[in-house]
Amino acid sequence: MTPTTRTRWAILTLTGPAYLWLACTIFLPLLAMLALSFLDKSPLVPKPASFTLDNYGAYFSKGFYWPLTLWSIQLGFWVTFFCLLIGYPAAYALAKRIKGRWREAIFLLIVLPFWSNALVRIFSWTMVLRSNGIVDMSVQAMFPGAPSIDLLYSYPAVIIGLTHSYLPYMILTCYIALQAIDDSLMEAGRSLGATAFTTFRRVVLPLSLPGIISGAALIFVPVIGSFMEPRILGGTKGATLGMNIEEQFTVTANWPLGSALSFILLAIVLIIFGILYPFLRKQGGEA
Amino acid sequence: MTGKTRGLNGGLGIVSRRKFVAGASALALGAGVAPFISRRAMAAGEVKVLNWQGYGTDEKWALEIFKKATGLDVVHDYYNSESEMITKLQTNPGTYDVIVTNSAWNDRASDLGVIQPIDTAQISHYGDLNPAFRDSPLLEADGKVYGVSWVWGITAIGYSTEVFKEAPKSLETLWDAKLAKRVSLRDDAIEAVSFGAIATGQDMNHPKDLAKVKEKLLALKPNIAMLWSSEDEWNKSFQAKTFDISVYWSGSALRSKNNFKLPVGFVVPEEGAVGWFDGLAIGKDAPNAEGAHKFIDFMIDPTFYVEWATKIGAPASANNAAMAAMPEGDDKTLYSDQAAIKRLQFMAPLTDEERQAYSDLWTEVKTEFAK
Repeated sequence: MTPTTRTRWAILTLTGPAYLWLACTIFLPLLAMLALSFLDKSPLVPKPASFTLDNYGAYFSKGFYWPLTLWSIQLGFWVTFFCLLIGYPAAYALAKRIKGRWREAIFLLIVLPFWSNALVRIFSWTMVLRSNGIVDMSVQAMFPGAPSIDLLYSYPAVIIGLTHSYLPYMILTCYIALQAIDDSLMEAGRSLGATAFTTFRRVVLPLSLPGIISGAALIFVPVIGSFMEPRILGGTKGATLGMNIEEQFTVTANWPLGSALSFILLAIVLIIFGILYPFLRKQGGEA
Repeated sequence: MTGKTRGLNGGLGIVSRRKFVAGASALALGAGVAPFISRRAMAAGEVKVLNWQGYGTDEKWALEIFKKATGLDVVHDYYNSESEMITKLQTNPGTYDVIVTNSAWNDRASDLGVIQPIDTAQISHYGDLNPAFRDSPLLEADGKVYGVSWVWGITAIGYSTEVFKEAPKSLETLWDAKLAKRVSLRDDAIEAVSFGAIATGQDMNHPKDLAKVKEKLLALKPNIAMLWSSEDEWNKSFQAKTFDISVYWSGSALRSKNNFKLPVGFVVPEEGAVGWFDGLAIGKDAPNAEGAHKFIDFMIDPTFYVEWATKIGAPASANNAAMAAMPEGDDKTLYSDQAAIKRLQFMAPLTDEERQAYSDLWTEVKTEFAK
């Protein structure tokens, strides 16, 4: 046996099970869902289903899907933006400034929300954000007579809740990228006369860009499909396409329409990444 | 460069994750098939019940009494939506003995052939049932009985007795300009359309003029404070004074008042309100049909009902004898108000097209609310 065939065998036996598993658990059901989206009725109904494009047509013919889609995408951008705004400095401090046991302790605090159920997290936010809630009471205690603050059932509430839920993704991906940057590169920049800001802009930021991109992808995609958080925190202000998709599965039992809408959402995500990716790759490539 | 590759992987990884979410839903289709391997193995000594969780049939103390009386164990499986119930029945034929079916869904289940006719002669309390529910066409198909009426309730108006010194009489109160941002509805397409239809004087189940319903609901925009989705959310928001008046469920209103001591009043407006009732059905090819009849008989027995209603809290019983045996109280007063009961329109089965039309209408209205 030559080394190359041995390597090939090793690759096959090591990755084979994983790919087989992925094929069975992801692609087969997904293909079933894709097929479903072209049928005129759910296969559970004991009448023959036939091929139709109506489910996709519905998206374009019914006026309300477009604003819902826009709001979902907007929500995705806002939440990703705030996660980056808060997460990147936190990751930078963790990777470059804080050392030893403090770092472990802070990591624990960041990962902690992951250990609680998402629903619990969102419901605890309702207690914080409502009037007579924790935010309102502390503002009242500090500034007696201040107007009452009722953030619950508003658009900002949805952004706050989702940002909190997805922030760890951004911190962790940025942390990994930032930690991999050799400190001597920054020292070199400084010793060659660049200001701290220029060093950051020309050295650190481009090198950490992959972390930002994967963090953004990890956040953006689930957020534009979210339905639970907008409903609970947003009240009437939290309308998203995800909520309508959920309704097709739970209320109208129109699985074909629900899956068609899901695939449209998936297509939108792919288009957005298709547009952004070359631009980001160019930015990363300069480093 | 390695960092960049990692970034790309991260990006692709999440696309797969998204696909997985879609895929998982499809998996659920197949997952239902697995349990039928053992379906008849233990059939003789048990009754398998399909119901919402924590909804009467799974009260431990009751099942002990039932076991003593009949020697049968009761095993449960649960659903979280009526369409899930139908899916479970379709994917596991011959598994379930007793199924709790809503009046609006019994017909659909019998249509699909997933439940079987009931031999009412085997049910000793059948004669005591309120004929308004017992003989409802919603529980029958081709002259056979497919469901035994069990409990019923009202979806009408819950209001704050601190804000309203007198019970609001008309459904129009919800549209009162003085109640800007003080009104709540449930985030439910069918309920919203039902009330829109009642408010515009139409048949609740099959309104002829959906455009009018939509217009009426859109007119509610300045008054809407929130849309609620669970009883718990309702209670918390009511307590925080997020709204003063809301579409609400009778049983929940009584619980809010009696268990949580909230100042909640409940009224059936003069225009009418939504009535619903749940029936008990027997699964097609039930492994233990005899036990199923026994269990249904036990569920409508006044002794069980009074205990359930007084200790735990329950909707109204469809059994007249059970209601008569109830101690005096708010619930007995509410559920014995014959004039109010006459004003109710009961939920009937909807076609898929109607369901879709209502869902679309409600999404459109919510989209306007969000603007």
